[in-house]
Amino acid sequence: MTNTLHRFGDAKSFDDDFVIFAIASRGKNDEDALPRLKKFLQMAIPFGPVNLGDARNGGSLRPCKSMNPTSHWDRDYKPDFQAVVDGLTHMTTVAAVFDSRVKAEDFVKKVKEADLGLSINISTSVEGADQCCHAAGIPRHSVGYSLGFEGKTGKLPNEQVLTVMTMCGHGMVAQSLAKKMIDWVKEGRRTPEQAATYMQRFCSCGVFNPVRAARVIKEAAAGHQH
Amino acid sequence: MGAIYIDPVIRRATVNRDECVECYACFNGLSQEHLNPTVVRTMRKVFAMLRLRFEPEPDVCPTAAFTPEDLTWPRVVRRAFSDPRVPHESTGVEGRGTEEVKTNDVSGRVVAGEVGFTIEFGRPGVGVWFRDIDKATRRLAAAKVPFEKKNPVTTLLKNVETGEIREDILDEKIMSAIVEIKVPVSRTEEIVRLVWEIEKEVDTVVVLGVGARCEADGDETEVLTILERLGYRPQRAKTNIGLGRITNKGAEPVRRPESVGAR
Repeated sequence: MTNTLHRFGDAKSFDDDFVIFAIASRGKNDEDALPRLKKFLQMAIPFGPVNLGDARNGGSLRPCKSMNPTSHWDRDYKPDFQAVVDGLTHMTTVAAVFDSRVKAEDFVKKVKEADLGLSINISTSVEGADQCCHAAGIPRHSVGYSLGFEGKTGKLPNEQVLTVMTMCGHGMVAQSLAKKMIDWVKEGRRTPEQAATYMQRFCSCGVFNPVRAARVIKEAAAGHQH
Repeated sequence: MGAIYIDPVIRRATVNRDECVECYACFNGLSQEHLNPTVVRTMRKVFAMLRLRFEPEPDVCPTAAFTPEDLTWPRVVRRAFSDPRVPHESTGVEGRGTEEVKTNDVSGRVVAGEVGFTIEFGRPGVGVWFRDIDKATRRLAAAKVPFEKKNPVTTLLKNVETGEIREDILDEKIMSAIVEIKVPVSRTEEIVRLVWEIEKEVDTVVVLGVGARCEADGDETEVLTILERLGYRPQRAKTNIGLGRITNKGAEPVRRPESVGAR
């Protein structure tokens, strides 16, 4: 599925959004792929990702099925990257999300050196991915362009809500929640960072970018128009 | 999707089953406490009487009220196209799409001179009824466009030559579905214009993904030039950087995946 491709925004808005993912192809390079996928995730941690995830188990912040009422005042908002690595038990797509091109470039260089044999993709602006490839000395193999939303676009929410909710391409972040979080920040009821974590927990494959979300929420709350 | 609402008569959260696409975000995405519902309601009433705002964490269901139900055909199709965690074996349908160009370096799905389209209906967060997808697949089939054989929508076609989708699922609403096709680059403009026509006939949003093989130096201008001529300025892309290789013992070198329908 194209769960990272169709994020809303112009190229500039992806300056803090680089999703790098690894995937094996059935019948081609899936034998013994699990340890290589784990290695990909483990290698990403020193480069300072803002999220890490696998498509079966979720990202570095997950919902809790047995919360205690006191946790409303004492909740852990810190991502657990190692839990994502350790929790990978089946072959699936794995992803690391970075908030700067420099981090993404350095990680791509490392992945190239590791020679995992897996297909590696970068989902960001067209230019951003090209620059990452250039830095690592890799010519692009294939490209999948997003042409943006068309059709009955009157059914879509405003641009800021759309920017936040499309960071979960599977549609697990509801537009009503994104709108509510922007309103809460506007009213001073939560920080932009806290608001982003609530939505991040809904993303079931760990590609939601909480840093970009917090930035967009902050801008929206301050009344900036896109 | 707006499927969950407070029923003004019974004053309880209720699920509109027509609008619900069975994405399970309510069950999987919410954290849960397991508090007594009577106690929770009483507390809320007391706070409301005192004009106090009750402001718990917004992603927590205090009573763990959502319970997954066993879905049967055809409703189970909703979940297959809406819940990214659904076990594919339950329906025989594999998620919403395929590997497309993500594994093009080892699959050879889209080669030079070809262009792969992913035409997604219902995304982001609007949803789509299969009767609208049926309109689209019929139009594409009439244009002699071959469908990607392994795509989940293709598996639900009653007739790949006509693009008809099986009748028993036409009244099912899903989060989104991707129709995948591949054509020679020379048909790129024709397909885009056809999608523009389809967009007028369906009651939802559509998003196009266009996949192409880059040249040896990493450039891709052939397809991009056509898209720009049509008024597109792609801002975002998924870029396969070509580090994949065949590692399975006995695996054949790059093979051309099959399409079905018109050729």
